[in-house]
Amino acid sequence: MEKTSSPYQWGMAIDLDRCTGCGACVVACQAENNVAICDKKEIAQGRDMHWLRIERYWTGEYPDVRVRFLPVLCQHCHDAPCEPVCPVYASYHNQDGLNGQVYNRCVGTRYCANNCPYAVRVFNFYPHDWPKPLDNQLSPDITVRSRGVMEKCTFCIQRIRRAKEEAKGEGRPVRDGEVQPACAQTCPAEALVFGNLADPQSRVARLSRSPRRFKLLEHLGTHPSVFYLKGGGREHV
Amino acid sequence: MSNAHPTPQVTRPPTAKSATAVNDELLSSLNAPTRSWYALVALLSAAVAWGLIAFGWQVTHGMYVTGINRPVMWGFYITGFVFWVGLSHSGTMVSSILRLSRANWRRPILRSAEAMTVFCIAVAGLFPLIHLGRNWIFFYMIPYPNQRGLWPNFRSPLLWDMTAITAYIIGSSLFLYLGMLPDLALVRDRSHGWRRDVYALLAMGWRGSAHEWAVYHKASTLMAALIIPVAVSVHSIVAWDFAVTVVPGWHSTIFPPYFVIGAILSGVAAVITLMIVIRRAFRLEEYLTALHFDNMGKILLVISLLWSYAYFVEVQTTWYAHEPIEWEVFSFMADRYSWQLAVMLIGNSLLPIFTMCFKRLRRCIPVLLAVTMLVNVGMFIERFLIIVPSLSHKNMPFAWGSYSPSWVEISVNVAALAGFSLLFTLFAKFFPIVAVTDVRELEARKAQVPLGRAELPSLAVED
Repeated sequence: MEKTSSPYQWGMAIDLDRCTGCGACVVACQAENNVAICDKKEIAQGRDMHWLRIERYWTGEYPDVRVRFLPVLCQHCHDAPCEPVCPVYASYHNQDGLNGQVYNRCVGTRYCANNCPYAVRVFNFYPHDWPKPLDNQLSPDITVRSRGVMEKCTFCIQRIRRAKEEAKGEGRPVRDGEVQPACAQTCPAEALVFGNLADPQSRVARLSRSPRRFKLLEHLGTHPSVFYLKGGGREHV
Repeated sequence: MSNAHPTPQVTRPPTAKSATAVNDELLSSLNAPTRSWYALVALLSAAVAWGLIAFGWQVTHGMYVTGINRPVMWGFYITGFVFWVGLSHSGTMVSSILRLSRANWRRPILRSAEAMTVFCIAVAGLFPLIHLGRNWIFFYMIPYPNQRGLWPNFRSPLLWDMTAITAYIIGSSLFLYLGMLPDLALVRDRSHGWRRDVYALLAMGWRGSAHEWAVYHKASTLMAALIIPVAVSVHSIVAWDFAVTVVPGWHSTIFPPYFVIGAILSGVAAVITLMIVIRRAFRLEEYLTALHFDNMGKILLVISLLWSYAYFVEVQTTWYAHEPIEWEVFSFMADRYSWQLAVMLIGNSLLPIFTMCFKRLRRCIPVLLAVTMLVNVGMFIERFLIIVPSLSHKNMPFAWGSYSPSWVEISVNVAALAGFSLLFTLFAKFFPIVAVTDVRELEARKAQVPLGRAELPSLAVED
């Protein structure tokens, strides 16, 4: 593959101090990306299809119990463990630093999901359908995945593509804040900030330099594109 | 074989039989099948058919009919895969290494060990296809020229797997076939009608000339030497499926040698089990003697000691370092799968070591049968305990889970065992299951040599 010369390195900053665990991002993601609707049984079996989950951790002893929320989505690692193990290149790295997933190419070895330390890859165990009138809600920009393939967060690649095309038509780079994935757009607390890490002036790049920043499972050397800003500061002061 | 010429004062041992008698006895397995043979084939075919139905159910419904989930994306299928690849190491171990080390006692068992290798690896090769989410496009993993210019990813251990297994299937089939050539000629000369034509075709015009024998011996030795690195590489690569990942409990440098040792352990145990079955089924008590079981028992003892050492090293380093997530995997395994762990440790380590130490037990067939079968139960559990607990408790505690196999996965695994047994049963009926020429070569080399007043049994050595 040719060396990347893309002016974009998409990334996200998640401020854990701002996250209220409301779950709006999860719903937005589901609506935007044609994510299958799973019933109770499927979720109990550990076969839910959420591309983004809010992890909930309890800290402290009763009565001083606090809850912490950690939104976890695909970290779009630059050294992604999921990519080299795929035998058919269904999981690949694109020039903008995204982990792509080619649904049509996926044969369903599920090796990528095993090797993903964040466990954010979801597999289509069931054939899903969208009962009427929910089928009207399906986005025409994205494939509806069949059973037997792996899927995951794409940072709403369809939105990124559209923004890049529009910018190209107008002969300018994509402006900061011009493109947002559904989760970041929906977050009422603005805990999720998306943008171009290659542009040092972008909001996400500035947040990624915060002294509160950390990356999930940083010791594994996966070099994620998602930065977390440590939470719990205010409530414990 | 006539290359050992007894000198006048050397007499044949009193037990020596005529060549025809030996041929008759060893080829008796090729006689017209009995009713019980048909019953066995029918039973095994039914089990295979049931497995096919279960697989069809999975293909038509979806992977939800299995027990896998997030995060445990691999379960009984991959366990079965690793298990059968392991079993396939028997032929290499017993046949090649003993051939190269000129252990004469290998002769009556080498054919069944080689056949077992071929059938085990064939069964093993099916599992990675069965476990796919979309089995019908499995050929995406094959490097074939196509208009889209798409190529599989050779960085993926699954591609290494496929390459290694294909190489091993081809290599071990050739090894089996080459060793069978003189025997096929023997069968050809004894059969009539269309069977004779088939065997004649398979024997490829073998006549038994001195030149043919010379080439044959050279080729067998060469094949035996070449198949060993292939076998070692196959199971190392299977181990790398796990070892090259970042999954706690999988990412371990000891995995390749540890998997090879485990493979040989299960392979040797399976050969002993099979020896016992064949001995009983084809009345080969005279050829598979206490000596053979004694020697195989010694090998089992050594490999079991090696396996125990490797397992100890693997657990000990994790325990000592106490890296939280690595230790979590081990604690979870010991907690959730405690009786399986106990069966594994008893079956793979304690029982074979303590029984195979004693000559009397090594020569006792019921003990051997029980021990070797338990070794393979233990080895299946070992593979399961490597794969599943690691996936259940990966790095993100929020996404922890667990796994139990479904009826579909169990059916397919049972069908794999039945399918292997079926292939072997059919093979034993249509091909010489004991290497007749090899056994007769040994008989020909045996002689009573007078030494003073005594007559000592002696053996002409291979050059």
